Amino acid sequence: MLDQERWNRIVWRCRRGMLENDLVLTRFLAARGRAMTEDEVALLDRLLDLPDSELWDLIAGRREPQDPAVGPLLSALRRA
Amino acid sequence: MSALPVRKFDAVIVGAGGSGMRASLQLAEAGLSVAVLSKVFPTRSHTVAAQGGIGASLGNMSEDSWLWHMYDTIKGSDWLGDQDAIEYMCKMAPQVVYELEHFGMPFDRNPDGTIYQRPFGGHSANFGERPVQRACAAADRTGHAMVHTLYQRNVRARTQFFVEWMALDLIRNADGDVQGVVAYEMETGDVMILQAKVTVLATGGAGRIFAASTNAFINTGDGLGMAARAGLPLEDMEFWQFHPTGVAGAGVLITEGVRGEGGILLNAQGERFMERYAPNLKDLASRDVVSRSMDQEIKEGRGVGPHKDHVLLKLDHLGPDVILKRLPSIREIALKFANVDCIKEPIPVVPTIHYQMGGIPTNVNGQVVAPKGSDPNAVVPGLYAVGECACVSVHGANRLGTNSLLDLLVFGRAAGNHIVGQNLRAQGQQALARDAGDASRARLARLDGASSGESVPEVAHEIRKTMQAHCGVFRNQQLLAEGVRQVMDLDARVARTAIGDRSRVFNTARVEALELDNLIETAKATIVSAEARRESRGAQARSDYPNRDDANWLKHTLWYRDGSRLDYKPVNLKPLSVEAFPPKARTY
Repeated sequence: MLDQERWNRIVWRCRRGMLENDLVLTRFLAARGRAMTEDEVALLDRLLDLPDSELWDLIAGRREPQDPAVGPLLSALRRA
Repeated sequence: MSALPVRKFDAVIVGAGGSGMRASLQLAEAGLSVAVLSKVFPTRSHTVAAQGGIGASLGNMSEDSWLWHMYDTIKGSDWLGDQDAIEYMCKMAPQVVYELEHFGMPFDRNPDGTIYQRPFGGHSANFGERPVQRACAAADRTGHAMVHTLYQRNVRARTQFFVEWMALDLIRNADGDVQGVVAYEMETGDVMILQAKVTVLATGGAGRIFAASTNAFINTGDGLGMAARAGLPLEDMEFWQFHPTGVAGAGVLITEGVRGEGGILLNAQGERFMERYAPNLKDLASRDVVSRSMDQEIKEGRGVGPHKDHVLLKLDHLGPDVILKRLPSIREIALKFANVDCIKEPIPVVPTIHYQMGGIPTNVNGQVVAPKGSDPNAVVPGLYAVGECACVSVHGANRLGTNSLLDLLVFGRAAGNHIVGQNLRAQGQQALARDAGDASRARLARLDGASSGESVPEVAHEIRKTMQAHCGVFRNQQLLAEGVRQVMDLDARVARTAIGDRSRVFNTARVEALELDNLIETAKATIVSAEARRESRGAQARSDYPNRDDANWLKHTLWYRDGSRLDYKPVNLKPLSVEAFPPKARTY
């Protein structure tokens, strides 16, 4: 269970420059809530470091991630 | 109250999108100390979402001229744009594009190495005679490439970024001089005064005041709220551009390219209704015409779905090959946000808010202006505004495609140069106003002291719903007057919000409550201005006043927060160096 501070920080980092990403990330956060593990949050943080258009390419399935470790998380985002 | 900590800069810029970073680059390269505040990391600003291109009469594809670009812009604006500002922008366009090229912007190229230019709606040669290719682009990622190019240059020039900082209010002294901003650091919850010899607002548009919006969540009109609370007017806020095809319920934009490739709009009866409204161009008529036709169909009960609240964009007849090859991201967007596979089924779409033409009034130097005595455009000392939050006014009642990115570059640069020309380094800081920061601290104290009250997300939702229902595509007196009443009720509710989370570090609930203060000012400015303007012009379509009325309404609206008062000022119909373009009917 994430503490409030960690959760707030990740929620804010999910504010993006593109509405597409805002919507997908909001749905994902609503579905997973604070039950996310610390490992998942670390992976999500790595995805959130990407520029918006690259993040959207990954979510929309137009591109596959270079780092296979984010695979399961990305699948969850694609289903969100 | 104990004094807030103060940090001092030559210039503070609020917002790190295209316009803010174009301005900051001029300042940092001239050796000024510059602080740029941004709620999110600079390369996540909403400028990244711009796809189309940058309009500039380079003439790389066929003959073109800035004067033709100027004519297209004035006509697009439905003659509400100021012709001095439009001349300046169109003349400067080639130069700012070449500068960006030198900064390393990856423009699409012609085989001979020159910048490739694509066709775009409303771009014409010889004053409307024939289409001309004027849009400079980097694939469908022009905004993204521009923001990244500008960010790299700013890092090189040692611009100081304050990332995940939100500006709360402007600081003005008794003479009205602007002395900087009060800012909130999300990481710590600390409030600080950033004192500056000049302050630049570059906070983008406020499209989140509408339920159906293509804008990202960060577009809450922060600069507009700050200006309004500081007693400054907001200009022409009734003018908002709709994009005809946003996914119903989500807002995500379906590019015009879909209709370019042969996609068609259908009502509940399966009728291709655009044949009735625009027999020649049909589904490819201009954005405002298509949006109004769709709205008409829905209002007359021919909408689709259980609430009859949208129409359908059909493209399955194009076949999977065309869809997958020429419209690559559309299928994912339709699947994800409409839950339909557009290879087999149509996509539910509605006209969706896309761009804010109005904003904080400025002159061609980006200096904020407001009426004072007999001068409708007196400079507000120490304050500039650039980009979508500003109103120069080059877009007037309706923006020409590709002029938004151009506006960012031209006026971001112009403001930067004008500030550099003031030799700020030789000047000291003014004595800070004695009440500096009090208003912001009172806002925070009220919020933190409220043990119960209105829910922030709920009131924000109500604002969006009300604006959508009462200030949408087609407007009339009854709808608008009732909308004004409801928005004023919501204004009172905004003053009574409370949040459950009192933590300091990354308190997103507090940030959203502070954003709500800006959303409501923008909403009031928009609907009060729209109610008062009894004509149809550009993006404002009134069913009770269907015609443009130059005799009474060829003027800019100015809305003031105090008493929600309106004032007006003349449109500048006098260009800088050429003959004026007198108003005539806008037909395509």
